[in-house]
Amino acid sequence: MNLLKISLANLKEKKLNSFLSAMLLTLGIGMISLLLLLNKQLDEQFRRNIKGIDMVVGAKGSPLQLILSSIYQIDAPTGNVPLSEVNALKRNPFIKNVIPLSMGDNYHGFRIVGTTTKYVDHFQAKIGQGSLFEKPMDVVLGSKAAKNSALKIGDTFASSHGLDTDGDAHHDKKYKVVGIFEPTGAVVDQLILTNLESVWEIHAHAEAPATGVKENDPAHEEDMAEPHHEDEKQVTSALIQFRNPMGLLTIPRQVNENTSMQAALPSIEINRLFSLLGVGIDTLRALALVIIIIAGVSVFISLYNSLKERKYEMALMLSMGATRTKLFLMLLMEGLFLAVTGYLAGIILSRVGLWLFGRAAEQDFHYSIREFTVLPEEIYLLAGALMLGLLAAALPSLGIYRLNISRTLAEE
Amino acid sequence: MITSKNLHFSYSSQKQFSFPDISCSDKEALLILGQSGRGKTTFLHLLALLLQPDSGNIHIAGKELSSLSSVERTNIRAKNLGIIYQRAHFVSALSVLDNILLSSYLAGNKQDKEKAGYLAEQLGFADHLHKKTTQLSQGEQQRVSIARALMNNPNVILADEPTSSLDDNNCQKVIELLKKQSFSIGASLVVVTHDQRLKDEFPNQVFL
Repeated sequence: MNLLKISLANLKEKKLNSFLSAMLLTLGIGMISLLLLLNKQLDEQFRRNIKGIDMVVGAKGSPLQLILSSIYQIDAPTGNVPLSEVNALKRNPFIKNVIPLSMGDNYHGFRIVGTTTKYVDHFQAKIGQGSLFEKPMDVVLGSKAAKNSALKIGDTFASSHGLDTDGDAHHDKKYKVVGIFEPTGAVVDQLILTNLESVWEIHAHAEAPATGVKENDPAHEEDMAEPHHEDEKQVTSALIQFRNPMGLLTIPRQVNENTSMQAALPSIEINRLFSLLGVGIDTLRALALVIIIIAGVSVFISLYNSLKERKYEMALMLSMGATRTKLFLMLLMEGLFLAVTGYLAGIILSRVGLWLFGRAAEQDFHYSIREFTVLPEEIYLLAGALMLGLLAAALPSLGIYRLNISRTLAEE
Repeated sequence: MITSKNLHFSYSSQKQFSFPDISCSDKEALLILGQSGRGKTTFLHLLALLLQPDSGNIHIAGKELSSLSSVERTNIRAKNLGIIYQRAHFVSALSVLDNILLSSYLAGNKQDKEKAGYLAEQLGFADHLHKKTTQLSQGEQQRVSIARALMNNPNVILADEPTSSLDDNNCQKVIELLKKQSFSIGASLVVVTHDQRLKDEFPNQVFL
């Protein structure tokens, strides 16, 4: 027999009230923790793939779209640009690397990207089996693309036009798998890489408009207006690395003013994206805070009511030698116990939520989210939950110091 | 051993009580009879140190108690007094056994489960030790509260209308157990009641 045992017995006696309080706290804590986790994971995913890429050039349009399609491979490309203009950038002394990308086809939802070996080097992707692509129509699979498509080295496959699985298939030309990358944790895992010539070859005789271009795309209309040269090669976009930060000051403006391309800076666009997402995240966070406050009110009301019912018990314990401080502590423990339970359940709930979200994200975008460690922010969350439990329990429990023992015992 | 002298208490200027002097030695029993509104419960609360008298003094186990602080009075009450209330009240979340042990815990004494079991045996509710108190009948509940009052071997046992909510059969049983048990631990037993059934049970009587 001790105070803790009495506290727990009291909570058990009021099962439904305790459950409601703990559940509300679980929901609130779970939501905040899930937001923190998602924020961190998305941030990490985005930053990891950005690393080392200072600028992206592509057809004019939305710069955010250009970044999303060229770096993260999750949006439609903005259109095509002439390879000659991209190659012209290589002559700029501030530019260290130009990695051209050409896309527009997929196999089972995994994008086929035509590029050069520099792309492979940039992500430090290592060949796990087979070799790197050399001839046109050779492809190397990213680890996840290989696993999910069940393709092996030596297999051939026909790609589908567009970026969704239900595009028209190019049946006349087939790709051949020559290698598979080791997992990198970056965007390469979910791609099928080939050289630029393959993409040109596939689309050389196709009557459909050039890859990824929408019907009313202004960039595309411009293309069509010009006489089409058979030998004018096009790419979708190019990733640019600068030799030094000075490039950042002059090159984007030069590109935007003097070429048919636009230049987009990943860091700026991603910050913009996060500030757009931020509104939604802030709203959810506010909602979670409201739920937590309601949880606090629920603890308060529950203890307030039970204290009214237990007034006689309190007087009895006081007459039997309990001090008021002892009983006050006992009531505080009830609030604290609810807070700790709600916190632990909330942390578990957020992990389950993250796991479910990760599964959905993997299906839709082929991005994996799987890190379940406790964040430092969650320690603050624990402190907050304990404070809330203490406060919600302390306010009604102060009544114990005003209880008149003799009158309460005589009343019944 | 408990004695009181010239006890006076007032709730307001209209509602004033003066109480007769009482004295009850160890192993003795004293019945205080009075109709409703004569201040029976007030008198018991004064003797139980739950109320502070305006004047007069109380001795328990030979100690003068009117000059003590509230902490000291709480201590004396926990260690030297066993109180039985009109209707048995318990900490409803706890089992019968834990309710009995609670009095030892709050008085700072050892929690003697064997003793609780022995008392339960003596008072006839040994089968109910692990039930909730609300599952017991009124008579059983009153017997549990006697066990609780005896747990700390008090010097004085005070009972406030211990039998008023019981039928004749249970009334007889409870009062006999009360007398027997308080005699066996050598305590003074003071019963305050308006219950006329108890008149013949106590040779020593005081009327309010």
